[in-house]
Amino acid sequence: MTRPAAPATAGQERTSKGLEQFFAAIDGQENLSIIDFGGASQANISFITDLGHRLYADDVLRSVDQTFGTGEGARERQSDPDAIAQYLSQNLTFHEASVGGALVWDTLQFLAPPLLEAIMQRLYTVMRPGAHLFAIFSAREKATTASSYAYRITGSRTFTLSLRSERPVGQIFNNRSIEKLFQGWGSIKFFLTRDNFQEVLVRR
Amino acid sequence: MWSKRKEDEYPPRPGGNPPVTRIQSDPVPSSRDANSSAPPSQRIPDVDIPHGVPALVGKSVSIKGQILSREDITMDGEFEGTIEAFEHRLTVGANGRVKASLKAREVIVLGQVFGNIEATDRVEIRRDAKLVGDVRTSRISIEDGAFFKGGIDIVRPEMLRPERRTAPADVPPSAPAPPIVDLAPAEAPAKAPSVPLNAAGAEAN
Repeated sequence: MTRPAAPATAGQERTSKGLEQFFAAIDGQENLSIIDFGGASQANISFITDLGHRLYADDVLRSVDQTFGTGEGARERQSDPDAIAQYLSQNLTFHEASVGGALVWDTLQFLAPPLLEAIMQRLYTVMRPGAHLFAIFSAREKATTASSYAYRITGSRTFTLSLRSERPVGQIFNNRSIEKLFQGWGSIKFFLTRDNFQEVLVRR
Repeated sequence: MWSKRKEDEYPPRPGGNPPVTRIQSDPVPSSRDANSSAPPSQRIPDVDIPHGVPALVGKSVSIKGQILSREDITMDGEFEGTIEAFEHRLTVGANGRVKASLKAREVIVLGQVFGNIEATDRVEIRRDAKLVGDVRTSRISIEDGAFFKGGIDIVRPEMLRPERRTAPADVPPSAPAPPIVDLAPAEAPAKAPSVPLNAAGAEAN
């Protein structure tokens, strides 16, 4: 069951190798459309647009909760093909190969496998060949819940974290399952951090 | 019966007279023309809004159509259509529920907006506001607690002015905006002008 989000605390800034390489990959390009799965925040809007790119913000976990509900039965609803189709008819509705980068943060680990697969297919379709996707997974194997955070970019290699809520994970992720998730994509790089995060940078 | 002078559609600002905001979906004759030809007992008192006070659509008002404003305007009711307030500030109040395309110098959102926003100067999305749609502006601020879903394009102000507005090259198409209903007819159909009401609410002859 999803508890109400914890009050935002003073963000703890951390250095991110994955984020650094994400921005290095788009360096020199202009007018890209970058998706932020964590919703709109002044920090991320300012950083991305100051680089000359366009930002599309969507709090995906919030929209998933609104579509599929929370608590008991939510996981089953996230497995319903009709509900998934309805969700995708109203969300992530980009033109094919129009997205130049995706910051999905920790979203993917909280989605039930059928919904996750559908969103991954949609992302693959809408991202340009060569575009990069940055994701974060909890490195705590066998954990059935994980903390969901708000991520605020403070620099090309730093961001702050603010706790949102503790949520059940859609499935247990390890290196092998993450590789399988991005099977068919281009290259994948892993960055293991000291604070039990698994950062992943994937090229479409 | 009432000849509509072109300058009465958007009357120029004479030295001391405040501007009059017209909310219209069809062209209507000037109230001054209607007034001058109506019998004295049925003349409508002038309702020019004092200068400096923004036009206000109250929270119990519901409008469908097109608003063209030449002064600051606050929308605190329900609105569906388009609002254009070039060179002015458009505020969607805390009670405002707008399903529209918005164009203004500044747009401040405290309520709910479903639609695209274009502002030559800036857009502010306040805490507790909800905006679903694309934003095209030179500056944007969004407070913590605000909900925003859509694309943000930061462009130079001169690119947003109506006479210079062109689509930027090589910008990937955005997510489609929510459907916008614009009930303002492209060309006004030929029909009798609206009859102004007198103070009692009856049609004035």
